[in-house]
Amino acid sequence: MSKPGTGPESGGKSGEPFIQLLTPAGVRVADPHFDQWLADIDGDRLQGLYQDMVTVRRIDLEATALQRQGELALWPPMLGQEAAQIGSGRALAPEDFVFPSYRDTGVAWCRGAEYADLVKVWRGNAPSSWDPYRLNMAPMQIIIGAQTLHATGYAMAAKFEGAETATVTYFGDGATSQGDMNEAMVFAASFQAPVLFFCQNNQWAISEPVRVQAQRPIADRPPGFGIRSLRVDGNDVLACLAATRESLERVRSGAGPCFIEAVTYRMGPHTTADDPTRYRDPNELEDWRTRDPVDRLGAYLQSEGLFGEEFRDQVRAAADAAAAGLREACTSLPEPGGLEVFDHVYSGPHAVLERQKDHYSRYLAGFEAAEGGR
Amino acid sequence: MAIKVFTLPDLGEGLTESDIVGWRVAEGDTVALNQVLGEVETAKAVVELPSPFAGVVRKLHGGPGTTVRVGEPIVSFEVEGAPAPPAAPPEAGYVPAAREAGRREANLVGYGAAAETGARPTRRRRIYGSAEPAAAPAPSRPGAERPRSTPPVRKLARDLGVDLAQVPGTGSNGLVTRADVESHAGHAAPPPAAAAPAAGAGTAARGGGWLAGAQEREARIPIKGVRKATAAAMVASAFTAPQATEFLTIDATASMELLEKLRARHDFDGVKLTPLVLVAKALCLALERNPSLNWRWDEEHGEIVQQNYVNLGIAAASERGLTVPNIKDAHTLDLRALAVALGELADTARAGRTTPAQLSGGTISITNVGVFGIDTGTPILHPGETAILAVGAVRRMPWEYQGGIALRQVLTLSLSFDHRLVDGAEASGFLADVGAILADPGVVLTMV
Repeated sequence: MSKPGTGPESGGKSGEPFIQLLTPAGVRVADPHFDQWLADIDGDRLQGLYQDMVTVRRIDLEATALQRQGELALWPPMLGQEAAQIGSGRALAPEDFVFPSYRDTGVAWCRGAEYADLVKVWRGNAPSSWDPYRLNMAPMQIIIGAQTLHATGYAMAAKFEGAETATVTYFGDGATSQGDMNEAMVFAASFQAPVLFFCQNNQWAISEPVRVQAQRPIADRPPGFGIRSLRVDGNDVLACLAATRESLERVRSGAGPCFIEAVTYRMGPHTTADDPTRYRDPNELEDWRTRDPVDRLGAYLQSEGLFGEEFRDQVRAAADAAAAGLREACTSLPEPGGLEVFDHVYSGPHAVLERQKDHYSRYLAGFEAAEGGR
Repeated sequence: MAIKVFTLPDLGEGLTESDIVGWRVAEGDTVALNQVLGEVETAKAVVELPSPFAGVVRKLHGGPGTTVRVGEPIVSFEVEGAPAPPAAPPEAGYVPAAREAGRREANLVGYGAAAETGARPTRRRRIYGSAEPAAAPAPSRPGAERPRSTPPVRKLARDLGVDLAQVPGTGSNGLVTRADVESHAGHAAPPPAAAAPAAGAGTAARGGGWLAGAQEREARIPIKGVRKATAAAMVASAFTAPQATEFLTIDATASMELLEKLRARHDFDGVKLTPLVLVAKALCLALERNPSLNWRWDEEHGEIVQQNYVNLGIAAASERGLTVPNIKDAHTLDLRALAVALGELADTARAGRTTPAQLSGGTISITNVGVFGIDTGTPILHPGETAILAVGAVRRMPWEYQGGIALRQVLTLSLSFDHRLVDGAEASGFLADVGAILADPGVVLTMV
């Protein structure tokens, strides 16, 4: 395995190697093993990846602003993780099935999520986001690491049915400390489930730095479970794309589960309710700015003569249009009724829920009576 | 042209208010959508407020330091071509729509939105700026139990401006009913709002240079946050407990030599050994012979609380101000464990991560003014405690030694005590014991 890059401190001792095809300065590094997985990435596709990253960054910033303006209850920013999400997300086939975490806006974008899908849960308008069977992507999981079990179960079922698809689950460095995650790896390995574990190691589990929970790089753990793993530069969209394609190919071919640790950085707060300046050295953020995933691909495009003014204007216009579309979709979502919370728990009628719904409707009526009695 | 009002959203999860830190726009400025208007500080973070509208800023509802409640107006805009809001509020004294005021805040994880009538201790006293609603409920007593009632009745009370704590309940088990609220509202005018000047954000440092009037001869910093809490605690201490202070200067050379010996031992590898560690240990040992310094005066119940455990508070200067976290059951710790606990306590305080549990329940405190190079002082008691020991800097000074004068390592201890509970004889006995141990650690063999 070629390991041209050297990773920053991110669990384990500093300077652990990882796969890097594009340096932070935007210089393409040849790789005898992974280059073949990028053979079809021509100028148009490189520009497409850049457009994707700029668009999801713009969507993410707009959603953060919408939260500050009272239009969303909460938002988990993904700023800084664009390459990991777009690189891996664009490697997926439509028939693959994704079990994401709550910060995977960029992956949902790749799967074709609509603007309203991205925000309605955070606005409190719906208990769930998109139609999982339209996107082949489960709703965002809030419980840390729980989706890794769902993915493993889904992959086992796919294998029993003889389907040649891959299941991919996304999670963060913090999730790797959860029991669920470790159980999922035991089952995935034992049943040779066709599942790819994609870890975005963004260095921080809320306020806990990854070095506290991982004395060795996270990618060193899966081999102990019998799972093949790669460690890639998560801010390098080409490395993420190539490594994900390569791993998915192995998974689909029946070679068993794979694991990718994408070493990236959460440049924003954990959520809009968090203040990272209370626990994070500002110098660290500055260091990671020099490894920015979007700037890096921009520099590469520039060196390839693919970064003209017309292209940049087009990228900006598309991103602005996405932001406007998101805002419009968000603010025009209809208010949900107070009783809708009961509607999607069971597929059919349920006596206990009906009773609770009746009680709750009378409780709500009590407010109307109080207002009427004024 | 239409007026649009930006009301303060819940910026965290279940927050009820924010303080304005400063504005980056002025009234009359034209702003773009998402342009940063200014910064506000919630209980969790300082955040930038991006403008929800493109238009002209007509009114900033408050200046730096103003506390704004979630749902109250924070900025009014004149917006081109936008449809008029359902009920355009008057220029001054915007009152949030009833639906806004009564809105129950969604919470996604963990934190519940505090009920607005004293459901739990309020973080800060509510102070209204002049642009705020004229009739607001008076602040409830912090920590008071919420009167029993039902949510619809609480909402009714809120809408009518009635403080439920003032309403006698006639329902079963003292339940406050709708009729109680209505009859109370009938013959009791809502208490007037305090029209106090705006209060400021936590520490001055958080405000940033761009709003500080650096060229002015003097500036007025609102008293808030840790500074305010510290002030209240000091006033409470100084004016409830009659305090007396005693001093003792000792030759601590033997203690310094002991520290050197301990540092060389493998079982103390990685442990930070400072004079404070020995002082803390000496204090715990001296309390065994002079326990009343560790007791508590309970004025309310007319009792002295004999505390048979030592929760040792250490005054710590942190970025967020003075805190006095304590080491629980310090009397049970051996010297090594005590040193480790002191190190962790200091690290935690410096990092601003001290928990409320660490800050409460202290029984006696040490303030280490020696770290600032100071010889001694007259410490003020940590409220609720009976004694506080100040430790000065260790200096090489000419001192009487074996009948001659030698350069010795000298240290001054000062002890303030609550004279209601402790007399000079007991305090002196305690201070003399602490001093004797530090002057000659071997003397412990005669004490225990």
